[in-house]
Amino acid sequence: MFSGFMVNAWIVATVVAVVGGAVGFFVVLRGSAFVAHAIPNGSFAGAAAASLIGINTLIGLGVFALGSALGIGLLGRRGRHDVATALTLVFALGLGALFLSFTVEYAPEIYSLLFGEVLGISDNQLGPTIALAAVCLAALALLYRPLLLSSALPDSAHAHGISPYTAELAFLVLVALATTMTVPVVGTALIFSLMIGPPAAARAFTTRPLTAIALSIVIAVGVAWAAVALSYQTNWPVGFYVGVISAGSYAAGRIWTYARSRRPAARGVTQAVSQTA
Amino acid sequence: MHADLAAIIAPGFFSSSSVQLALVVGALVAIVAGTVGVFTVIRGQSFAGEALGDIGASGGSSAYLVGIAPLWGFVGISVAAAAVMELIGIQRARGRDLATGIVLGAGFGLAALFLYLGSTSSSTTGATVTILFGSIFQLDTSTLPLVAVFGAIALATILVIYRPLLLVSVSPELGAARRLPVRLIGSLYLLAMALAVALSAVTIGAILSTALLVGPAATALQLTRRPGRAILCAALVGIGVMWIGILLAYDSYSWPHHGWPVSFFVVTLVLIAYIASRVIPAPARKRRG
Repeated sequence: MFSGFMVNAWIVATVVAVVGGAVGFFVVLRGSAFVAHAIPNGSFAGAAAASLIGINTLIGLGVFALGSALGIGLLGRRGRHDVATALTLVFALGLGALFLSFTVEYAPEIYSLLFGEVLGISDNQLGPTIALAAVCLAALALLYRPLLLSSALPDSAHAHGISPYTAELAFLVLVALATTMTVPVVGTALIFSLMIGPPAAARAFTTRPLTAIALSIVIAVGVAWAAVALSYQTNWPVGFYVGVISAGSYAAGRIWTYARSRRPAARGVTQAVSQTA
Repeated sequence: MHADLAAIIAPGFFSSSSVQLALVVGALVAIVAGTVGVFTVIRGQSFAGEALGDIGASGGSSAYLVGIAPLWGFVGISVAAAAVMELIGIQRARGRDLATGIVLGAGFGLAALFLYLGSTSSSTTGATVTILFGSIFQLDTSTLPLVAVFGAIALATILVIYRPLLLVSVSPELGAARRLPVRLIGSLYLLAMALAVALSAVTIGAILSTALLVGPAATALQLTRRPGRAILCAALVGIGVMWIGILLAYDSYSWPHHGWPVSFFVVTLVLIAYIASRVIPAPARKRRG
């Protein structure tokens, strides 16, 4: 499980989870779950195109992830954001279907693009993935303050000269960057789970942004490791485990919030009772 | 004249039985999806529609596993997913997308598992592509009555709750003030949407089904603000993109790479229609206003 090519899978899964957990904090803060779903799914077409013309998958993914991000940004500028997101997504997927019908690719390959694969991560995929992750985290550090301000207090951000549209576009590009590197292990279909479940769970435990990001990364790495380990043991798709365990972490967060919200209320009642008595 | 026509419509288009079936099923689905979709767009529930479609893929693939018609699987899982979303709080605007995303993640994960099990237990490796991206030319004649029945249920649901649904969708506060059962109406609507998405999934595939639900309806709402007219318009746009898509896919058998997928043409036409509706009538509207 920790030998040979599996080492690459562990490294890539960890890197993906770190970036997914960090970017995911802003996805949850901005309520942009749909976008986080649409951009990775749309980039699937890029992977199909890359295999059609025989270039590096990462290039295809990057082009389509950025294209989807810009498409959503432009179409959603005036008009309904969710409609723009949905139509950009289905158009990209439709292109993907077209490219697939052109290739002579076998079904298992298509399947692993969508739902992930722990095996077969070659050494030459390792470098670009880590480089992209570094770029993504650097961009996140740079954009941290303006993005946090415009997400939490849009009006105040506007007063500070941060245009909501620019912030949105920067955020979309950030999600696109994070998406590009995720495909090899987790697959295009389920990466958004990693960007929603762990950060949503983290926000249930703390309200401080940096602590929440750190906790989100820790949970995401935990989810990714568990998914890779279980997938290796059972041979079932990584995407399945990522989706289900992420949902589980969110449920744990919800239960924690529920339990905490009950405790002070109960204390209040006992105080009220003791005062009247 | 005849040669011109043959250049547009490849010979044998109208005499092929699978094309006839595709045209009829496509039109029925477009009507249902267009009608339901107008409310999806007004209510801003595109993401829920998308999620129901994606999760439906796990139903389609499990139907393959047990060997029944995929439509049953699509309908069953979509309705179940709609119920879960309702339970964990999709009706509250705050955190609604998050709840949808969580259900979608878990449901899509299951789809991955079922597709995997399906492709290892049998040799039908094409199932993944068929379920996710659709294949309207491979429909079975027995699907037609099912499509008609489920479509009728969806349309009847919308018809029964039409006026309160419209009020609640445009202004939930006003609906609540009038003591309308906002949550019940929302749940019934989610049911109709689950059916519409399942029907679209059979024609253009599970992960593309939102195109028919949201695209024609959003286009129609750009052209007219009256709900009745928008529904009519959405159904017509839906039938239009469906039929032109089927025609182009049929013609494409003589193009390079033979046989382009119907789904590709449908989603492309949907996007073109939406962009056109946003770009073209703008000056006309300004003049009137």
